[in-house]
Order: sequence, then structure tokens, then C-alpha cells
Amino acid sequence: MAEMTYREALNQALREEMERDPDVFLMGEEVAEYDGAYKVSKGLLDAFGDRRVVDSPIAELGFAGLGVGAAMAGLKPVIEFMTFNFSILALDQVINHAAKIRYMSGGQIPCPIVFRGPNGAALQLSAQHSQACETYYVHAPGVKVVTPATPADAKGLLKAAIRDPDPVAFMEGELLYNMKGDVPDDDDFVIPLGVADVKQEGDDVTILTHGKTVHVALQAARKLEKDGVSAEVVDLRTIRPLDVETILASVRKTNRAVYLEEGWSFAGVGAQIVSLVQEEAFDWLDAPVVRVTQADVPMPYAKNLEQLAKPSAERVVAACNRVLYR
Amino acid sequence: MAETKTVDDETRTDGAGGLRGVDPDTALRLMREMLLYRRFEEKAEEAYAIGKIGGFCHLHIGQEAAAAGSILALDEGDYVISAYREHTQALAKGIDAGAVMAELFGRATGCSKGKGGSMHLFDYERRFMGGHGIVGAQVPLASGMGWKIRYRDEDHVVVCFMGDAAVNQGAFHEALNMSAVWNLPVIYVVENNEYGMGTAFSRVSRTEIHEKACSYGIPTSIVDGQDVLETFVAFRDLAAGVRGGGGPRFVDLRTYRFKGHSMSDPVSGTYRSKEEVEGKVKNADPIATLRDVLLEGGHLDQESLEAMDSEARTTAQEAFDFADESPFPDPSELYADVYAELGDGRMFFDGRERPEGSV
Amino acid sequence: MATKVHMEALSPTMEEGQVVKWLKAEGDAVKNGDILAEIETDKATMELVARGDGTLRTILLTEGGTAPVGEVIAVIAGADEDISDLVGAGAKSKSDKESGDSGEAPSAPSNESDPGSAETVEAPAAAPAADGSRVKASPLARRLAEDAGVDLGSLEGSGPGGRIVKRDVEAARDAAPSTAAPAASGAPAPRPWSDAGAAEGHDEVKVSQMRKTIARRLTESLAPVPHFFLTMDVDMGRVVDARKRVNALVEGSGDKVSFNDFVLKATAAALARHPECNAAWHGDHIKRFHHVHMGVAVAVDDGLITPVVKHADRKGLVQISREVKEMAGRAREKKLKPDEYTGATFSVSNLGMFGIHEFTAIINPPEAGILAVGGVEDTPVAVDGQVVIRPRMRVTMSCDHRVIDGAQGSRFLRTLKAMLEEPAAILV
Repeated sequence: MAEMTYREALNQALREEMERDPDVFLMGEEVAEYDGAYKVSKGLLDAFGDRRVVDSPIAELGFAGLGVGAAMAGLKPVIEFMTFNFSILALDQVINHAAKIRYMSGGQIPCPIVFRGPNGAALQLSAQHSQACETYYVHAPGVKVVTPATPADAKGLLKAAIRDPDPVAFMEGELLYNMKGDVPDDDDFVIPLGVADVKQEGDDVTILTHGKTVHVALQAARKLEKDGVSAEVVDLRTIRPLDVETILASVRKTNRAVYLEEGWSFAGVGAQIVSLVQEEAFDWLDAPVVRVTQADVPMPYAKNLEQLAKPSAERVVAACNRVLYR
Repeated sequence: MAETKTVDDETRTDGAGGLRGVDPDTALRLMREMLLYRRFEEKAEEAYAIGKIGGFCHLHIGQEAAAAGSILALDEGDYVISAYREHTQALAKGIDAGAVMAELFGRATGCSKGKGGSMHLFDYERRFMGGHGIVGAQVPLASGMGWKIRYRDEDHVVVCFMGDAAVNQGAFHEALNMSAVWNLPVIYVVENNEYGMGTAFSRVSRTEIHEKACSYGIPTSIVDGQDVLETFVAFRDLAAGVRGGGGPRFVDLRTYRFKGHSMSDPVSGTYRSKEEVEGKVKNADPIATLRDVLLEGGHLDQESLEAMDSEARTTAQEAFDFADESPFPDPSELYADVYAELGDGRMFFDGRERPEGSV
Repeated sequence: MATKVHMEALSPTMEEGQVVKWLKAEGDAVKNGDILAEIETDKATMELVARGDGTLRTILLTEGGTAPVGEVIAVIAGADEDISDLVGAGAKSKSDKESGDSGEAPSAPSNESDPGSAETVEAPAAAPAADGSRVKASPLARRLAEDAGVDLGSLEGSGPGGRIVKRDVEAARDAAPSTAAPAASGAPAPRPWSDAGAAEGHDEVKVSQMRKTIARRLTESLAPVPHFFLTMDVDMGRVVDARKRVNALVEGSGDKVSFNDFVLKATAAALARHPECNAAWHGDHIKRFHHVHMGVAVAVDDGLITPVVKHADRKGLVQISREVKEMAGRAREKKLKPDEYTGATFSVSNLGMFGIHEFTAIINPPEAGILAVGGVEDTPVAVDGQVVIRPRMRVTMSCDHRVIDGAQGSRFLRTLKAMLEEPAAILV
């Protein structure tokens, strides 16, 4: 175990996987000479050279597509989006190509590629830079979506994503990069995709979430504890594949669930989870599953409005009380 | 500004009756191939008419030289990637006619197991990297394949076909820029048949196609795509240059589509006249052009020509029969090939039981 | 033209009814308006009348059987009319129903040859509510109710929109044993204790419609209604005197005024002066009534019922006394009409006759208060520094805190005490 930041954990995962497999290369805006817009790729250019750590032009559609083509031909690209907000430009290459190539080709053409970068809002970056994009990705069969919330998860899951034979959208949290935590430092620390993590055990209500909002959920759980409510926090870690069993087991235990996510509500990840829970744990529910999401508006700039728009621990507590009939 | 040259001047020097640097066997092979493409597409047209083929089906009739002249000039290890008018290119890259026809029929024996259809023919082994359905979106993929070749220090090239409408897409420009910056071994080929579906190219661009790559510093060629010998020579030379580390190339391959945009579109009408099409069919049929050269040059007699055509018809009919007799994909195929492997967690969320035998 | 005889909603809160007795037999001619059967509702025994002419062709629910409101329990039709379709429908709905408390085999249906309908068994359906709408219950509550044998139809939910949730089912389940406990007065004589030969066992007491309603209504009350209790001692010396004089005045008329009549009259008069306690909670508003309708809890064989003395504040003692006696008598015979036991604005429950000194009562929603009255007992008290014996009575008022605050309830009790300690104050 070593204590390190989320950023360092990602860096270590990239470094170890690039050492392990010569077909792995990193491409994106500012990843090489600049050491990465968020310094996730710090030092990698020096370690691996400019063939494997590549500064791209600002052309998300283009370099995402180049990555997909390279993956089709046998390489294992890691494509960094400076933020997933910009990846919307590249969605055609992800949804229409990466996700479908294997299927359209009858299983012949592989596409082992990782798209990674920070996702969701940071602070006062306003509407175009503050979006949680996981719904766009998780909607399409063929793509896997990973959302690590802690340094250890960031490392173990990124290593798994790079080794995965399918396209993976790996969504980090800008506000998490400086977060510290214990991380196993052995080369084979890989967390399999599709395994959720119960971040806190509880009996009365289940807060389901993924990514950055895991920490909002934990904060809400602490507040609820003061009111004598024992909340369980389930971190999906990967949205697709989805650890359905862990979700259902928790709901069957507590009989109540709240889905917390950073993104918008309509057809959001929570909507899928609600559908799943009502379908597969109907007889264990004592209340409808309630969601806490971003306000259904573009992210405003003003600090107070931004705070209002984001899902807060208070709103999670209120949602928990609602499903607890308190 | 990058160099733009017209190949005509160099390759037509040996006279109208000559083979212009192409050996007779290759010329005959080009003839045989083009006849196969023509008969194959006619058979596909027939199959579509009787409901054996569904969805969109874009025929390459009239553009056979563009496929044969370019792809037959390549090595086996070279990559070809294209858009959705790609049946004959798949045949040119060596995919069996039966496997292509079966794919059009949506059968298990198709080159994409019946899951891709007319627009998504693939053969990984033969490095035919697909028919792609989004205009221009295959262009960055080609750059990625070029990236892989350079990354591994291989000696291959990528030929990326697109229609003339693709040059107005952003993906085209982003991809060409990156290939130029990184000197990737890709030949970008615009099959310029003058119309993007029903829109004349001149109506949607102030500059000519051959000007499009200039700002990226990519050398450009204008090639008569109805002349298979010229096309073959041009691509042989281009591929050699790229293979030697010369970086990307751009080709304005001038051709003409004798049929409608797809099987559900008219041959002529509001966007081009019947007379225009008839004139091209009469004067610019690539098969007739090569036939005349071969007959005049004594490389082929009428009897051999007929035997050759008969063989092409037989192959097309056999492809049809093979496809028609092939089974539809097993229901278990529905969920196969979405992911390489299924590990922990649930992958499918439609709430359906997957067919027995599914992954 | 055949007429279906449905289990009708014969009381405002009835969800299912039990056939006490069929007054017509299969084959009898019936006319529109004829009384077909006596039905025990949750409150009383009511008459079910024919809604068509013809012959009572078939009875689908035998005496003692229970059916939810809306279910077909008999068919009236022409003597030769084909009623197989109607009979099928009735039999099917019975097979859908959870067996519950009927325990009766359906009368031989004429469709035994139709395995399709006979075998139709669906998932436990929600019991319909009195108005025929679906009972709203959370999925978990449904499962728990099924496991615990709790009839969802007998519960009223505490969740949003009246949804029955886990805690409601748990409360009903936990409450069930005490509900079934025999009344103290009817307890068997104690047997000498000996483990040897003392077989364990129990009697199963059938839960009547009334018992179900009591269970539901009171559970529904205690869980969501925030109760608090105010207790006060009242010196009944002057009421004792006044009662003697009043009864002397009416001697020979057959009327006899009880302490409880005085309490009712004084409570009604006090409520008229404290409308904040004569009120009801309605979620987004509180109703303060202009009239005072006093509910009087009356014990009957298998439970209790609360006949209502309407406008009790305006009625004389004798009038109140007569009404209470008359309605209590009919209540014991289950002959009260629905409008005679609904609409109270406040209730009084008196257990003084059982020697109860003091107790607390559970509010009958949507009323906001109930007065629990103990017996009048000679009690040593200090008066002006001297211990004297006085007839005292202890009353405890249960208040719905959503409607009544402590000070309001206290002021009301102070008025009540003043009126009982100086009955002339009632006249003021």
C-alpha cells in the first residue's frame, strides 16, 4: 500500500500498462510535452518517447477516430479527452464505430481502446464545460463505462480498462485528482470491470451512485447517521457491465433506494437503475426509488446557482427521508 | 502548396492501343475482375428486385475500374477501408463472391456473418476493414490504421475510399491533417462520381476536390477512374511512394455511377439527365474501354472475351445460389460479438432471455 | 334480463361484507326492492335488497361467507334464462380472492366443467378499497402482509396518498395478538398451575368485520396521529347533587340521567366555547366545526361502536340520556344506521363502570380529541389545608397535536372542569 493522489494512481496505472504491453500508447491534447492538462500523464513522454505518448491536434473527432482505426488494426490506444465535454465531438467515432465494429464485422474486428478524461462539473466552468456524459456512452451496447471514485479504484480499474478487449469510456473526476488514498502498489492490482463496491454498509436505505458523487453519498450517509438512519452506499464503479447482484442485494436488505448521479435526470443512469430495481426487486421495495440528479438545466456559472444545480448531500438526505417515509 | 499532377500525361504516352506499362497478364486480370464486378452487381440488382436483399444496396456499376485499378495494385498486407458502395472493392481485396453475396442476403455464411449487410462488409484476414455507413467517418479510421503501420514500422499502406461528398465532412479534414503531421502511410481516394447522392459536387463546394488536401501539404493526383490501366499504374506508383515513407497521398479518382445512388433511387431525374447518363454509359464504360484496348492490341479475342464473361456470370450465379442456400444466422448470434468476452456484471439490459448458445 | 346481485357497500367504510342470512332461497321469486339478505358490514348488520325482478337463480356466497364490495354473490334472472356467463364471472372473482376469512366453500358453481375459469388463480390481488379503487400498498408491504396473513384491505396506509407501507403491516401484525386477547371480564377462571398435563394451546377467535375495522382504524390513528395526553381531576360533588335533583324531577318518566350524561353535556358545552378542540386535521387545512356532535363509545359483544349524539351542546340532559340509551341498545343489536355512528366531532369514552380510575383513549380520526373518563370515586383530598373526602373523577384528554396544542387542550379542560364543578356554568 502506498498513499497517493487519484492523479498519481492514474499515472501509475498508465505507466505500468505501457511497460507491460508495447501496443499501448497514449494520445490526446497536451498529454506529452505539457505533461497533461491535469498532469495525469506527467513524465510519460520522457519514459516512453513520442511514438507512444502523442500530442494530438485539437480535433477530438479526428484523433478519437484515429484511435479506433489503430485499435481495429491491432494496437491498444488510450485516448485522452481533455474533458469528456469535448468528447461529444467524437461521439460518432465512439458510438458508430468503436461500439459497433466488432458486431458489424461478425466478430472479426476488435476494438480494444480506452477513452479517458475528467467527466462532469468542476467549479464554475459553466454550461459547456460542466457535463456528466456517461449517459451518452452507456446508452450504446458495445461500449463499457467505468467511473472510479477513489485513488485505488482509479488505478485498479484503469489497468483493467487498458487490458480489456472492448472499448471502454473511463470517466474520471476533475475534483478527485488531488484526492489522496491508499493504493496497492503491485503491478497486478487490477479491479475487474462489472464489480460494484459497497463503500459503506447500512441497513435502512441504499444510496446507489457512481463516480465523484460517491463522496456526496458518503457525506449524506454521515448526516443521516446523526438522525439514527443507517445508509448503505453502493458505488457501481462500472456502469456497463453493471453489478446487478450487488445492487439488488442491497435493495433487498434495506427495501429502499435512492439513485444519486451528477448528470441530468432524463434517461440518466439512475433511470436505468430504477427500471432494473423495480423490475427485479419489486417485492422488496417499500417505497418508490427516488433519484437525485443535477437540476434539469444547463450548468449555470454563478456560484450560488451552480450549487443549486448540483446534487447535494442535503438533497440526498431529503430523498432518503422520503423513501423512509420520515 | 503540395504538388498536384495529372497522371494521364505520363501513362498515355505509349498510344491508345497499348497497355501503357501494364503487363498483358495483369491487363487480362483487370478485365476478368471488372467483368466479375459487373456481373456480380447485376446479380445483386436482380436479387434485390426479388426481395433476397433488403435495406440499402449501393451498386458500383460504372465504377469497376476504380476498384480494380486501385486495389489490384496493392499487396496482400495492405489495408483497404471504404464507405458503403463497397461490394466490388471487397471482391477486389479477395473476398469470395459467395461470402459477399451471402452478406448482402444476410446469411450466416456472409463475410460479416450476416450482421453487417451491404454497407458493412469486413474481412480481417484480407485486411478489408469495412464498409462504413457514415459519410467521411471512415477517414480517421484509415489514419488510425496508418498509425498502426508506422507504430510497428511495417511496410504496408492503407487505401481509404470515400465518395466526393465526404470531403465536406469535418472528420475528413481532421484525419488528413493528422496523417500529414505524422506522415502516415495512407492513400486517401475520392471516388469522384460527381454527385453526392443527388447533389452535384459543384453545388456544395467552391473549390475542386483535388484542391481539398493541399492545405494539409498532401500530394494530390487526378486520375481517370474510368481507365483501369491508368488507375492501376497510378496506384502502383503511389503505393510504392507511400511504402517508401513518403507520407500520405490524396487522389481525385474521376469516375461515374451508371445506376442510382442506391437501389431505391432513380438513375436519373432532377439532378442529372437521362442523356448525361446514356452518354457516359456509351462513351465511358470502363469495361468497354479496356475491352477495346485488349481486342485492338491482340491480347484478347472475341471468343476468349465471351468465355471470360461467361465465367463471370457463372461466378455471380454461383454466388447467388450459395447465398440463397445458406442459412440465416442462428438466433444465438443476436447477442454474440457485441463484446469480445463477458466477465463480471451484466452487459445486456433489454430484459430478454438470450437465445440458447449465446455468449 | 338477468341481474347480478353484488356485495354492496352498505356502510361508508365497508370494504367487504359477510352474509349473515339469506332471506330468499334459490328458486324464490323476487321483486325489485325485496330484502334478499342480511349483511354484516364493518359496523352493523344491513339489509341487501334486490335490484331486479325475477327468480333468485343462484346464490354464490353462502351464509357466513365474506366477499369484497362489488363481487357478484347471487344472480336474479328469468326462470329459464341462461346465466352461465354471469355465474362464471362470480365464481372467477371468488377464486381470485385470497381465501381470507370466508372459510366457506363456494356454493356449487354451475361451471365446474369449465376448468379455465375454475383454475384461474392470479397473484394475490390488492383488496379493493371501499370505493372500489385499488388498495395502494408498497410491493414490500404486499409481500409482508401475505407472509404475515395480514389483510391489506383492513389497513389504512400511512404513506403518501394513503399508501400502505412496511411499518403499517408490521404494526398490524404486532397488534394482532392483543386484539385477539379475550376481554378481562370474560377471562376463564384461573386453573391451578401445573406443567404436567397442562397442554399448550389456543382458541382461534374469528375476526369479525367490526374487529377488523377497529384494528384498522385504531392502528391508523396511533401510528400517524401525534397523540398527547392531558389529565385533570374533577370534583364531582356538585354533579352528584345535581344528578340527584334532576333524577328526582324526572322520576316516574322512565328517564334516569347518568354521570356520563353530565360529562357529555358539559363536554359538548365546553367544546362550543373551544372550537379549536372541536376540529379535524385534513392535511392542508384544519376544519373547526360549528356544530358539536358527540361520539359516545359503547361496548358491544365483539367490540365497540361510537353512536353520535348530534348537536349535543344544544340538547338537554334528558334528551342526551335518552338518545345514548336508545342508540346503545340498537348498537348492541347491530341495528345502527351508518349516519348514526359517523360524523362525530369529538368523542367520550367512559370506563368508570368497570372501576377504571383513569386511562387514555385512542383518537378516532379525523376527530382531533377524545376524552377518557374514569369512575367517580371517594378520594381524600386537601381542601383549605384539611384532608376531606370528595367524590372525584379523573379525565384524560387525548389530543391530535397537529390540531390542538397543549395550552389549547388545557384551557378546554379547565372550562370542562369548571362546568362539572359548578353545573350552573353550563347554563351561562
